[in-house]
Amino acid sequence: MILIPNFKHQHFAHCESGVMSSLLQHKGLTLSEPMVFGLSGALSFAFLPFLKFGNMPLVSYRMFPGHIVKKFPKQLGVAYFRKTYRDPAKAMAELDDFLVQGQMVGLQTSAYHTTYFPPEMRFHFNAHNIIVVGRENNEYIVSDPVFDQLQRIAPEDLQSARFAKGLSAPKGLAHFPLAVPEQIALTDQIARAIKKTVHMMLYAPVPWIGIKGIRYLARRVGKLATKSEPRYFRLFLGNIVRMQEEIGTGGGGFRFMYASFLQEAFEITGWPVLQEASERMTAAGDQWRRFALEGARWIKNKGTEGDPQLPARLLRECAETEKEIYQMLKKAQPS
Amino acid sequence: MKIDEVPQDDIPTFRGHGTKAIYALDARGRYTKTTTSGWEVEELVLRDVLADFAEKAEAAKARILAGRTSPIEYFLNRRLMDLAALAQAMGIGKWRVKRHLKPRVFNKLNDKLLQRYASLFRIDIATLKQFKEILARDPDSQF
Repeated sequence: MILIPNFKHQHFAHCESGVMSSLLQHKGLTLSEPMVFGLSGALSFAFLPFLKFGNMPLVSYRMFPGHIVKKFPKQLGVAYFRKTYRDPAKAMAELDDFLVQGQMVGLQTSAYHTTYFPPEMRFHFNAHNIIVVGRENNEYIVSDPVFDQLQRIAPEDLQSARFAKGLSAPKGLAHFPLAVPEQIALTDQIARAIKKTVHMMLYAPVPWIGIKGIRYLARRVGKLATKSEPRYFRLFLGNIVRMQEEIGTGGGGFRFMYASFLQEAFEITGWPVLQEASERMTAAGDQWRRFALEGARWIKNKGTEGDPQLPARLLRECAETEKEIYQMLKKAQPS
Repeated sequence: MKIDEVPQDDIPTFRGHGTKAIYALDARGRYTKTTTSGWEVEELVLRDVLADFAEKAEAAKARILAGRTSPIEYFLNRRLMDLAALAQAMGIGKWRVKRHLKPRVFNKLNDKLLQRYASLFRIDIATLKQFKEILARDPDSQF
């Protein structure tokens, strides 16, 4: 049996930020999951009607998958190993080599092949993230941040999961930090990260991203409520709610996690705006939850009661609340 | 969301798989990582989309028996995919998958390609090839 020494499995809300937090911590750089999420500027909103996923347009509450693994280490000045493979056999052999060397490895996988998932959740989602921390009895021991215990997976399933094809195919991606800097200018990082997120949410030059995206989605929902086939509308609403609440978001489409980041950022910088923004972001998360609740209610009674325009109205309220937060955060750094 | 507002609905999907982590405010207004056994809202929307897939799979069964589509359509829905996802996962064009849904074309497919479909669907190639016979024996069979 091989097991990485000094590794403690941690339970996180989101796979990618959780994996990054775990990997960095093992190398001696402690950043909480919300800090990883916030500093990497992973918060977002996107409604891409032209990109269909399971017959439904893509709705996302964060940056595209892979964003954190790709950009965050460089931003921090962490030396990072990252490799994709063409040959599955070679990828699996190198994974074994790393384990023998005592190196745990972050992997991108497809949820469809991760056999330890509940069967109802094994969708074709190619951008799940896990850490392989050991091997025993021809099974890999996996630290999957969204589960509270270590999991196990057979080599052939892990291989399939690493080489699933399609949208954001993992291509066997393996990654881990090599060395971390001794000190990180956190205040500076916080200011830059917030600025980036604010800019994207307020001024994205396309109508699908940020506040514009939320409003665009609200318009679409309002229109479908009266004009589309009831079943399609139900599935459309359900799709939004799933992207927002299903495992891996920490609830409220990552808004609670970001509020937690803002609170931590306030403690580090002492900028009072961050404290207030955190409270308002919590309120935004609660509003998103309210939308999910009403959407689910609509689905449950098959649209026979209630106001069909309510979901669209709630979405508009979310857009309004978030807009105010970002405008406030624009002046986060006292000059 | 405050900690005491975090739903603990013990949803069936995640039962036996532990809890999920979530961030919520404690009594002093500080963010804490806590756990949830699920929210009925997420369960409901998940069940709704699963029911939609199941319905499509059942409809496909009837059409397979009537000779109007191939078993691929059944497994496509049973494995929660759409045509685009299946084509991408197979690494072939959408038009080819569409062609493979025609019983006439499907019956002539070589074993190599059928095996790739079977592996992706995580079933035996025999299940794919003798699907109609299996269905005729037991119309309620699930895979």
